Amino acid sequence: MAEPTLLTTSQMAEFVARGFLEFPGLIEADLNAAAVDELDQISATWGSPERPFAPSSGDPLDCIYPDPSAVGAVLRHRVVAGAIHSLVGHDATFDHDFVHLRLPGDVFQQPLHADAIIDTSTSFDIQVFYFPHEVAADGGGTGFVPGTHLRQVHETAVGRYQHLAGERQWTGPAGSVVVFHQGLWHRGMPNPGAARRLMYKIRLNPVRAQRRLWDTSDLAALHGDHRDHIFATFDMASVAGMLRRRERWMGEADFRLELVARARLWRYLTGDDRFDVDWYLTRIESHAAIDHGDATIGLAQ
Amino acid sequence: MDPTTFRQQVLFLWLDHSGLDGRVVGWAFHDGADLANQCNEQPYARGVDALADGWRLFQVSQLSAQPAGQELQGSFLQHEFVFERWVPRG
Repeated sequence: MAEPTLLTTSQMAEFVARGFLEFPGLIEADLNAAAVDELDQISATWGSPERPFAPSSGDPLDCIYPDPSAVGAVLRHRVVAGAIHSLVGHDATFDHDFVHLRLPGDVFQQPLHADAIIDTSTSFDIQVFYFPHEVAADGGGTGFVPGTHLRQVHETAVGRYQHLAGERQWTGPAGSVVVFHQGLWHRGMPNPGAARRLMYKIRLNPVRAQRRLWDTSDLAALHGDHRDHIFATFDMASVAGMLRRRERWMGEADFRLELVARARLWRYLTGDDRFDVDWYLTRIESHAAIDHGDATIGLAQ
Repeated sequence: MDPTTFRQQVLFLWLDHSGLDGRVVGWAFHDGADLANQCNEQPYARGVDALADGWRLFQVSQLSAQPAGQELQGSFLQHEFVFERWVPRG
């Protein structure tokens, strides 16, 4: 197996800000063809003893879909494995997976939802979406809303939102892989086109704190510090600058809370408990320290 | 309105702040006269544009403080405005 290509600090910051990373056309044609055959077999035997390579929840990542599984080869592709290792660790475990088939002319649209149930933790799972076929604009690609992953909602409670500004629907060449944060709002979309749309999705759980698991060789140069403040002095090339990416569905109040949520997630990922974007956490934490009579922790520090 | 001859259309708009002149950031549309009728393109730039186009505003989300301990936690879109209009049954 080729050495995994770990994510860069910029890619990690993009994931924290937007809740997904996309790798269009990553998997080569021969492997896509083999994966289609295997996914069709899995789909046809789902829930039966005949299902090939059936993993169980909690199985270690490196034990599922062993050779000669084509799905396993996709998961062990150096870029896919690198993204997985960077986000949930090389020792992540299998949660569940599913083969999503949309036949031509399928008009059903799922309500917008976040998977599983409401989750208040900072640690997070990822979901890897693999599209072995090309997905055209009318091909039923997964719909999703960038930047929604850190909001706490329960499953289809967001189904009321038919359209949000800046929403996406996946289109891309065969062999594309998209990696979601567990909380990203998404939905299966109608397939009015003429092509059969197959998609494989797998959810993976971390088993330890997701701290500095990526290629951190550029972290010191980009990380910046808690004083990066858009209303004072700032560096838009820093991590804070990358975390300021604003989605079109966000009002100003939404955006500021997202910056706080992203800063907290970056603290978790780096272990830097003072990291901040635009002084919001620093200010509040300093006030709280003063309120509690702790004069050793304050803005002057 | 005669329910034998008219049907309700409902338009949800989510705005970027609590005022009706806020920018539209999300929308949903339901047509009682034609359930297959969809609104996939953003219908208005601002909430007031719906009024100017003849929609009647009938519900606005309340302004409420964030629950204690959850002041910094995002969840649903806060600024929801619901409109209706009545159209002849198809």
